[in-house]
Amino acid sequence: MQASDFKSDQYVRFCPGCGDHAICMALQKSMAQIGIPTHQVAVISGIGCSSRMPHYLNTYGFNTIHGRGGAVATGVKTSHPELTVWQMSGDGDCLAIGGNHFIHEIRRNVDLNVCMFNNRIYGLTKGQYSPTSPKGFVSKSSPFGTVERPFVPAQLVLGAGGTFFARTLDVDMPTTVDCMVAAQQHKGCSIIECLVNCVIFNNGTHAWIADREQRAEHSIILKHGEKMIFGKENDKGLAVEIDPVTFVPKMIVVPADDPRVLTHDATQPDPTLHRLLALMGPTDPNGVFVGGDSPLPVALGVIRNVEAETYDAAVSAQIAEVRSKAKAQTFDELTSTLESWEM
Amino acid sequence: MKKIVVRFCGDSGDGMQLTGNLFAQLGAESGHEISTLPDFPAEIRAPQGTIGGVSGFQVQIGAGVYTPGDKADVIVAMNAAALKVSAMNKHYHDHAIIIVDTDSLTDKDLEKALYKTDNPFTELAIPETVQIVPVALTTLTKEALKDSGMDNKSMLKSRNMFALGLICWLFDEPMEDAIHLLEDKFKKKPALIAPNTKVMVDGYNYGQNLALSVNQIRLEASSQAPKAKGRYTSIAGNKATAWGLIAAAEKAGKHLFLGSYPITPATDILHELAGRKDMNVMAIQAEDEIAGVCTAIGAAFAGDLACTTTSGPGLSLKSEAIGLAVMAELPLVVVDVQRGGPSTGLPTKTEQTDLLQALYGRNGECPAVVMAASSSANCFDFAYQACKIALENMTPVILLTDTYLANGSALWRIPSLAELPEIKPQSVPEELKGHFNPALRDERGVRYWAFPGMEGYEHRNIGLERDAEKGTISTNPENHERMVLARKHKIEQIANQLPDLRVQGNADSDTVLVGWGSTEGHLHAAADELNCALVQFNYICPLPKNTKDVLSRFKRIIVCELNTGQFATYLRGQMPELKIEQYNEIMGQPFAVERIVSYASK
Repeated sequence: MQASDFKSDQYVRFCPGCGDHAICMALQKSMAQIGIPTHQVAVISGIGCSSRMPHYLNTYGFNTIHGRGGAVATGVKTSHPELTVWQMSGDGDCLAIGGNHFIHEIRRNVDLNVCMFNNRIYGLTKGQYSPTSPKGFVSKSSPFGTVERPFVPAQLVLGAGGTFFARTLDVDMPTTVDCMVAAQQHKGCSIIECLVNCVIFNNGTHAWIADREQRAEHSIILKHGEKMIFGKENDKGLAVEIDPVTFVPKMIVVPADDPRVLTHDATQPDPTLHRLLALMGPTDPNGVFVGGDSPLPVALGVIRNVEAETYDAAVSAQIAEVRSKAKAQTFDELTSTLESWEM
Repeated sequence: MKKIVVRFCGDSGDGMQLTGNLFAQLGAESGHEISTLPDFPAEIRAPQGTIGGVSGFQVQIGAGVYTPGDKADVIVAMNAAALKVSAMNKHYHDHAIIIVDTDSLTDKDLEKALYKTDNPFTELAIPETVQIVPVALTTLTKEALKDSGMDNKSMLKSRNMFALGLICWLFDEPMEDAIHLLEDKFKKKPALIAPNTKVMVDGYNYGQNLALSVNQIRLEASSQAPKAKGRYTSIAGNKATAWGLIAAAEKAGKHLFLGSYPITPATDILHELAGRKDMNVMAIQAEDEIAGVCTAIGAAFAGDLACTTTSGPGLSLKSEAIGLAVMAELPLVVVDVQRGGPSTGLPTKTEQTDLLQALYGRNGECPAVVMAASSSANCFDFAYQACKIALENMTPVILLTDTYLANGSALWRIPSLAELPEIKPQSVPEELKGHFNPALRDERGVRYWAFPGMEGYEHRNIGLERDAEKGTISTNPENHERMVLARKHKIEQIANQLPDLRVQGNADSDTVLVGWGSTEGHLHAAADELNCALVQFNYICPLPKNTKDVLSRFKRIIVCELNTGQFATYLRGQMPELKIEQYNEIMGQPFAVERIVSYASK
């Protein structure tokens, strides 16, 4: 199948220069690469710029209400596990108004592919701060700067027992496509944090890694089974060091040929290392983006990819199990089991 | 006697709901009509022996039974607090019999129930015409079980069975039937069968041997032939609702999906459906009310018969999502088991106060079908009809029941699937393959249903306004008005599918009592006494087509509701030329027939 098979006839209305254009193209490419026919794919969204995505994909689509895409998608996938279900959402839709559905779809491990577009701003309502905006962020609804601590999506995903977490960047098409394909192949709730730029209201929010000159030094693309090497000259590697006094483990940068350089294992059930990797970059110890510089690169690619029973499969399996042993399987058989009398 | 009212009351832990239900079922099996009213506190276990912890169960048995009765002929009071609550609320009439456990009237018991003196009967000013039957229930129960090897606490749990045995004797109900019922009730806990049966039989024999100073009461067999021959059972409203959904799914050839979140008094529907995996029901407990309805909307989008069940506060939370289903034109059944409001209100009490919320409680011009069941048994029929209307008209349907119907039970004739009306979901015609869009409508104005998995019908559905021709997003002003009217028309045309409104009682009377939903029994009994007409609505939006014809025949139209006049307000808006009077009660209880009669006689 071709990417064009997944393009709808709708004119794409993202702002010129918006990172969502690239994500849209990556979706069409990855859907073609996966090769599931358009009629077996359902793309569900909530509200926000990201949630316009279903209109541009020639699959089944449902642009629902603010924050509820996750719950609607859970209903689609649970009732019809044979379908491939994607959810398109943003940092506001997923982490603010839809936060409850987001953590519960992860906790239940519903087999969904969730693209969470993180531009650290509310774009469609024209520029208010979001749950991922850094503290002090000045926006229309925070003219004196925010006083609240932001969410770190990776922390939420891992905290809710997430089985799949990937991070990608709008300007890195190959990594975005790779993450989407891996998300589809993963059975369970796959969260892809798509770092996207909002040219209108939050231009340059991901510049530290998006900048072409700096990207190789400021980010690392993690690949399962490969050494964690990065840098313009591929001269740097990542290792873990345990503080001898506090026993707190932390990531460190070492020369690429250092024997301590780690090999990425996305399938490791213990999330400790995945968490350390996901929180790298110019962040505080909780992984909150604080800006400035950092020797540690931001991790992109599939950070965590473990297998676990999915909710949708378990629900259907339980019904099949009960039904296989049930004496009554139809309404008339059911009523015949009632204590009743003739009148 | 033609009919009698018995009220069992005791502590929340005394098993009054079980006792009452067993007695009601025995009555039903003996061929009597029944109507029940469970009346319990919101607290699961309030402090023992206190007024707040009193749980009651009232049942009317006999012929011509429309309600659980205003006042009891026989009260079984298991403790001092129950006796006090019955007296304070005038639960019995002046010639009633009160059976009271004398072991539970100690000084300590009286103190817990806040009596001021040591003579409860005088203090409560129970009329002398009331016959008090003192029975040492606790002592007798322990005596019955003295050889069982059970501990004191376990023995006391069977006190209710002594009371049941005694009541069975009083009404001459055969012990064999009662024993059989107990065996069935406790089949999952077989160890409980023998001790409970022993206590119950001892209770029966106590009545018989000691010849209590009361006479046995013989109920006449129901003189009215049942409405239809067939197999009957006793069913509670919530269970009937659940089974109506199950039957409709099978008839429509659809998979039944329920997304729900626990809320009193609707939770029993979730319980029932979660247990019906044998019927291929997928019932999921969502993370909140909104997810309950949204998962159901997802299942409807994917081609299932989708439902969500809730009560008033949950309906408030679901309103935005119901608007989405209206806009996306998806079939969805929303069951609202109304309770006392607003806010958390009276969670275990009955009220009809969600009507205007169901009709209008959404943003925008957002019409949906609103209907109501009017007996515990016909919760089955209206749940079935709600599914039929939703699937055939691509619309959300809000079905209103309430605490009274949900927890009460009534005699139900068990239908076969074959005799239930056909359900034909609005499937998309083959010729639209390849050029389908979600705005395409049939001649009735109902859009077609295509869902994921169907090749050649890929489309995008939306909560945004859509173009009336292309089905894509549109903000065009004329198009919006056209779509608002199209959605309104779609609901209005459903009136063509509804049965005509029926006049019950004396159709030649000048006066008509008008009600909707669960008040039918009470209004029926009141109309009988008043020799006037009754018109009871089950379909509210749209109204039956002959509504105005019917109502305009009467000089005096009294709309009776358990709210401040929501249906009266609605009817006035629909038919401003009619003069509509209203009678309302908002006490968290079903109507008292005598108060309606007294008002209407004025």
